[in-house]
Amino acid sequence: MVKEIERYGIPIVHMSTITTISESVGANRIVPTIAIPHPVGNPDLPAEEELKLRREMVKRAVDALATEVSGTTQFE
Amino acid sequence: MANKFKVLYYVNQFFGQIGGEDKADIEPMYKEEKIGPAMGFDSNLKGEGEVIGTLICGDNYFNENKEEALEYILNVIKENNPDILVAGPAFNAGRYGMACGEIAKAVVEELDIPVVTGMYIENPGLEVCRSIAIVAETTDSAAGMRKALPVMAKLATKIAKGEELGLPEEEGYIPQGKRLTLFADKRGSQRAVEMLIARLNDKEFKTELPMPEFDTVDPAPAIKDLSKATIALVTSGGIVPHGNPDRIQSASAQKWGKYDVSTIDALAGDYYTIHGGYDPVYANEIPDRVAPLDILKELEKEGYIGKVYEYFYTTTGTGTSVGNAVKFGTEIGKELKEAGVDGVILTST
Repeated sequence: MVKEIERYGIPIVHMSTITTISESVGANRIVPTIAIPHPVGNPDLPAEEELKLRREMVKRAVDALATEVSGTTQFE
Repeated sequence: MANKFKVLYYVNQFFGQIGGEDKADIEPMYKEEKIGPAMGFDSNLKGEGEVIGTLICGDNYFNENKEEALEYILNVIKENNPDILVAGPAFNAGRYGMACGEIAKAVVEELDIPVVTGMYIENPGLEVCRSIAIVAETTDSAAGMRKALPVMAKLATKIAKGEELGLPEEEGYIPQGKRLTLFADKRGSQRAVEMLIARLNDKEFKTELPMPEFDTVDPAPAIKDLSKATIALVTSGGIVPHGNPDRIQSASAQKWGKYDVSTIDALAGDYYTIHGGYDPVYANEIPDRVAPLDILKELEKEGYIGKVYEYFYTTTGTGTSVGNAVKFGTEIGKELKEAGVDGVILTST
């Protein structure tokens, strides 16, 4: 899905936990996430800290869209 | 062979009879028993070899803690020193396939012990290990277990006994991409002309060297000004409005859905997950943990991004065929393009 959407010339960032799969399907912008059942979250953290972590991750994803890349790039 | 060859077996938490998605985060363990498919596999060895034990690890644990999991697994294999390791079959299960693939790669490369596993041709784990392990070709679901085990057992027996394997299609494994020298009864020019004639006549022909397919998409140019950009949110995490109004499948999705999120600040409260491939507890509590609409709306309010696109797109990415994923991506991408969306965040579980 990532690849087909990017084919239209729209930048897309893949937020995924198993980044090896993400790379093998050809995503160009990847933000590694926390865990499979809660990629953009961590229920083990206190609510405030989880929110902080989530804000950081989404901001990183948005920033990735504003970053030129020449091939598969992980934004960690 | 006087002595039976020794097989160690690897399965995930489900086939290891520990539990379903709620147990997907269990650490690796070793049992000196034949568990799940190891039993059926063992009986297919017809007494020539024996499964001496079963390694079990949760799919999520393996993929999220690969180094720790591999260390434990390699140690157990080293201690038991089997003649061959057998993993799966993983069918079209992505995380299980990645585990089988990574283990196969590590065992062959680091311990020099051969590995047989089984996968569906679209399993993402295949690329990890196909060139160094033998991967039996299976169906996409566990319904193919009864067919897969005898094929895997036959391959394992041949390898353990040091016999040479035949060609992939004869033995039922996925081609490794190796080229072999063999004698043909007709010379090359004649074979090529025969192929060409068959092709021109719309008859069946078979190439002797299939070309690898490379399909990469160039990265789209970056967004120049985030504060004016419209960002769309897409997920394969199966997040849908309560009641799943469009009946999107929990696995092997046949369709996608889009929902108006222009008037809400978060998915929490109205949405939940119908994805059948992960433990739903955390996503049901806060679906924004899978598709972070709440944070994107915050960024919109702060003016960091221009706008969150009014529709949220969703489907289920477990057991979904590559064909359908391509179709969904093409359809969703077309809508986003026409709507003038500037960038997309796609989350996967």
